[in-house]
Amino acid sequence: MERIYIFTRFERFWHWTQALLIITMLVTGFEIHGSYKLLGFAQAGQLHTSAAWALITLWVFAIFWHFTTGEWRQYIPSFKNIDKVIRHYAWGIFQGEPHPFNVTRARKHNPLQAFAYLGVKLLINPLVWISGLAYLYYNELGAAGFNVSLGLIATLHTIGAFMMLCFLIAHVYLITTGHTVGAHLKAMVTGWEEAEGATAKTH
Amino acid sequence: MLKSALLAALTAIVLALPGISAQAADMKLNTTADHSKFKELQREFTSGPDVTKACLGCHTEAASQIHRTKHWTWEVINPLNNQRLGKKNVINNYCISTATNLGACATCHVGYGWVNSSFDFKSQENVDCLICHDTSGNYKKLPGGGQPPVKDTENPPGSGKIVKAIDLTAIAQKVGKTSRDSCGACHFFGGGGDGVKHGDMDTSLAAPDKEVDVHMDATGLDFTCSTCHKAPAHDVVGSRYMPTGKDSGDMRGKVNKSNPATCQSCHGQTPHKAGAQPAKLNQHTDKVACQTCHIPEFARGGVPTKMHWDWSTAGKLSPEGKPMLKKDAKGHVIYDSRKGDFVVAENVKPEYGWFNGEVTYTLLGDTVSKDNGVTLINALGGSASDGRSLIWPMKVMRGSQPYDPVNKTLVKPHVAGNDDTAFWKNFNWEKAITTGMQAVNAPFSGQVDFLKTEMYWPITHMVAPKEKALGCVECHARGGRLDKIEGVIPGRDANRWIDLIGWLAAGGTLAGVLLHGLVRIARRKN
Repeated sequence: MERIYIFTRFERFWHWTQALLIITMLVTGFEIHGSYKLLGFAQAGQLHTSAAWALITLWVFAIFWHFTTGEWRQYIPSFKNIDKVIRHYAWGIFQGEPHPFNVTRARKHNPLQAFAYLGVKLLINPLVWISGLAYLYYNELGAAGFNVSLGLIATLHTIGAFMMLCFLIAHVYLITTGHTVGAHLKAMVTGWEEAEGATAKTH
Repeated sequence: MLKSALLAALTAIVLALPGISAQAADMKLNTTADHSKFKELQREFTSGPDVTKACLGCHTEAASQIHRTKHWTWEVINPLNNQRLGKKNVINNYCISTATNLGACATCHVGYGWVNSSFDFKSQENVDCLICHDTSGNYKKLPGGGQPPVKDTENPPGSGKIVKAIDLTAIAQKVGKTSRDSCGACHFFGGGGDGVKHGDMDTSLAAPDKEVDVHMDATGLDFTCSTCHKAPAHDVVGSRYMPTGKDSGDMRGKVNKSNPATCQSCHGQTPHKAGAQPAKLNQHTDKVACQTCHIPEFARGGVPTKMHWDWSTAGKLSPEGKPMLKKDAKGHVIYDSRKGDFVVAENVKPEYGWFNGEVTYTLLGDTVSKDNGVTLINALGGSASDGRSLIWPMKVMRGSQPYDPVNKTLVKPHVAGNDDTAFWKNFNWEKAITTGMQAVNAPFSGQVDFLKTEMYWPITHMVAPKEKALGCVECHARGGRLDKIEGVIPGRDANRWIDLIGWLAAGGTLAGVLLHGLVRIARRKN
């Protein structure tokens, strides 16, 4: 079985820190939203804000990393073979068929995955980030003459949060769909992906 | 035996210590004048005005300064809406109005002799200096003319109760700056008793501890009223008729015309420097009055305040035809034949509302009706969106009071007085209102009904220690203190549709992946 080193140390650090921060922000965010009581509003608010700044810092580094390494190209959308990937998840996976996509160093994500991640980076993240900063600096916005309604900011932020939650649920499930249940998880921990047997041979 | 011997020994030691008595005499005064050394005050005074004349001998401009204040005129015109306000004019839902009741009310006037419209407001000697500047605590005035008792006086006349004479010379020689006691002598007792009216002002503020009021804390900062309510040329700042709803935050010391009695005039707009989230707290100051978080409850000093006053039940007499008093378990009056039913309360959580400083009174002659539900004695202006309002804590005084259902006006009944028409004497509303309305030249149909009223009292005193300030969740929650208030509050408000769609989407995703996973497991077993 072929082993490919696909996730560099920074990528893994970025991924897991981001995972922790996003889960923290979802948990505290929905408490601030009023969905349940867990830490208490004050604690939740404080943690949410701290986590936000940590995440923003991380994103700044990650964006820098993506552009300097050229890794941003991983997310260029492509429809090539997307039908096969969709067919795999809808049918082939239940038949024990191997994944139709070949992981390579140059193309780590299958076309469906790339679309999803691009969506996170271009839609969910900016929505959460911009509305969150507007939330944090609502008074300063008002003082500067931008009379945006707090209700609108809160609604956009909430929409972003729900989208992130949906992404997280699907993402956590989909990591179990490697050639073994733990294969993808292992790759994100060690950096090494074991390319799937059948397709790896033809590679 | 041992005790008294010890005491004697101690006394001897103390007396033997050199300079003890000299030290007491040299005690530093907080003014440059010791009034007991003034020749002008070293004589007998026969009346209040007699003292005032002596005061004016040196303080030549004092009376004319007082003449310009509402402490003297009991009248103020609100420049925002030209309403003629002041105690002389307004109607409230406590003792209702001054008018014919001046004999009782005007014991708190800064003058002598105001019992009816013949009072000379231009008289300098009728200014009462002592009511504010007495430091002995012995000064008092009698109802029915507001004169100090210079000899033992039966009051009320015919009651057999004797009010002891007071020593005006001793009092005059001890005049000084105003204090919580001197201001409190009237302002603690608004509404006819200790703590009745304001909710955040009662005798507990005479010498409060830090828990009751951090600023007036008698063993701490020990602010007097005038520390905040500066009074240049006798013009005391701070007004309930034209309050500052949202202060621009000009600090004291700058040349400006802003109100120096606001929290912001000393603390500024970003007062939170320490604690968990100072920046986040400072971001609240453009929407939330300082008082809202820092006065979690009012009437905290052990003195209850009246929350409800139902005049419609007044006048019930005992089987013997005598007026009655009913008290609750703590001894607070809850029914008085002269006044009706009361609800009193301590440690009261305020109600909250947006307030921009605009107050519109319902005055005599304004149309009121039972059909309009509750009549607002003083409607407060303000909204979440006007940019000039803050969320303020309020005492809301509710009650039921007489009105004229034919002319549809509030009325000014004649309640206090030793005469046949005074309600507190004869318990007849028609007579009392006829007399009261005649005195102010207002029409009265002869019909009496009662309507529900509310009066709003923005709360500003009894600032609690910072550890007692409200936590976030007091407001940032459904069912919290700001549950009903207009505006968007994270934790309270959520768009129902976004929430529904959002949870359906998240739940749908979860159900989808679980189903997908189950099918995978099922297929694998096969």
